[in-house]
Amino acid sequence: MSAGGRRAGLGLRLASAGVMAFLYFPLTIIFVYAFTTQSAGFRFPPPGLTTEWFGTAFRNPEIWAALRLSLSVAAVATAVALVLGSLLAAAVARTKFFGRDAISFIVLLPIALPGIVTGIALRSSIVLAGVDLSMWTIAVAHATFCVVIVYNNVVARLRRSSPFIVEASADLGATGIQTFRYIVLPNIATALLAGAILAFALSFDEIIVTTFTAGQQKTLPIWIFQSLFRPRQRPVTNVVAILVIAITFVPILVAQILTRDPATTMSRDRTR
Amino acid sequence: MAVVAEVPGAPASPPRRAGAFFYRHVRLKLLLLLLPGIVWFGVVYLGSLGALVVYSFYRLEEFTGLVVRDFGFGTYQELFTASNVDIILRTTLMAAAVTVVCGLLAFPLAYYMVRYASPAMKTVLYIGVLMPLWSSYLVRALAWRQILAGEGILFWALDKVGLDGAMRALLDVPVVGGPSIVQSYLGMLIVFVYLWLPFMILPLVAALERVPPSYLEASSDLGAPPQLTFRRVVFPLALPGLIAGSIFTFSLTLGDFIIPTFFGSSAFFIGTQVYTQQGVAGNLPLAAAFTVVPMVIMTVYLLTARRLGAFEAL
Repeated sequence: MSAGGRRAGLGLRLASAGVMAFLYFPLTIIFVYAFTTQSAGFRFPPPGLTTEWFGTAFRNPEIWAALRLSLSVAAVATAVALVLGSLLAAAVARTKFFGRDAISFIVLLPIALPGIVTGIALRSSIVLAGVDLSMWTIAVAHATFCVVIVYNNVVARLRRSSPFIVEASADLGATGIQTFRYIVLPNIATALLAGAILAFALSFDEIIVTTFTAGQQKTLPIWIFQSLFRPRQRPVTNVVAILVIAITFVPILVAQILTRDPATTMSRDRTR
Repeated sequence: MAVVAEVPGAPASPPRRAGAFFYRHVRLKLLLLLLPGIVWFGVVYLGSLGALVVYSFYRLEEFTGLVVRDFGFGTYQELFTASNVDIILRTTLMAAAVTVVCGLLAFPLAYYMVRYASPAMKTVLYIGVLMPLWSSYLVRALAWRQILAGEGILFWALDKVGLDGAMRALLDVPVVGGPSIVQSYLGMLIVFVYLWLPFMILPLVAALERVPPSYLEASSDLGAPPQLTFRRVVFPLALPGLIAGSIFTFSLTLGDFIIPTFFGSSAFFIGTQVYTQQGVAGNLPLAAAFTVVPMVIMTVYLLTARRLGAFEAL
């Protein structure tokens, strides 16, 4: 279906605008309360405005440590997801084999099942295996649910590109490595980049699985979660929330633009 | 394994030979590609899920507080006591309500995007819907805590337009209401719907895009009024999209423990119960048995959804 030159009815336009407003209005509230002078409540309108909370947050070493931990976890998880996701995608995209559908199903499972299931399952097996909870256990858990992001992006891209370019490259005398470097990689580069960005963002602000697979470690979302129980310095939480939004927003926007095929939308690349 | 035969005329440098080898031995190449992923998901993920299920058949020794590793159904008997069944029902009903409201809100926007929006507008809306999906869940929950606060913007706005009385009356309604909107199921519902709405919109857009406009014209040419076209043509064709979206809205609500911690009454949900049982209470078997509930619900749901073709719309 496409825009047929007809105009939508007023009701439909209002409903659509309303839903979009519903999606974005709450984020503005985060910004407003980062500047309020009230340290312990959410009075609206704010009794006064100040930028002092930004300084308070900046001087807090706990926040810096949490930021560093979140970035490292996300980096490791993304790296693992990139390798596993693209290998699986390469296997599934072109060849038909027994259990192929099961692969798509299993990689989807960690995000299709409630996060608490994934979290507690991993925690119990980590504890059973006698491994101490650490940054690495968080990263392993995150990698598990990030694989599907890379996988989906790469599968979609491989299905869209011609299978014959690889053969053509080989026929023209390229080695496997050359074919990979000059043909396959450029073809899937943006899909990999987009997958990596999205996996990174997903890991960066995940909290449920993290709660179960972290020991004493505090990622940024865990820091925010715990700060919600503290009655004082509420606006500092909002400052950190703005930081999280800032770190994820631009890359995600880039990833969305990268994966958008100009002529089609996400549903069209399903010719099998 | 067969010895690599030299192809006549083919250059024989090692990488080239390897390439030719894998070209001829597709199965082997496939195995090597699949191996790391299968090991990871087989051992780390499915292994853990298996361990969790096994744990649910163990039980907690009441006096010592230690987990007894005998296989039995004692923990499941505990799971099906009245108060725990209440928790399961409460969570499932909330998940169902969230799914229905998400569907109702998602439909007009998805329909507008597919049917009326200009290509540029559509791109903007599409990315506009995607962005919150990827941006921090916790931050978005935090925003609602601040919006719904008694002294916050919602009551300030309601007060300005003179509807604060109506809101208080709504909060007096049993079940839905509560002492304040933050502490009511209504508040919890709003937050869940807000968080999961993009998950419903996107598959719905994908499904609606595959409804050929000619079907709608045909329906109208055959004399069907718009409502009938919607009911008999658009809705059935959009159903796989709705189901695909509902997988997320349903599953995410079933397993959440953050939102029920901050919103709603102090009544337990599956997520908060699992969290408490494995943490403070130290009853990992019961926590495991509780997680088996959403696993079973979601497995049935996913298998049904696949049969109904919902995965095509993901």
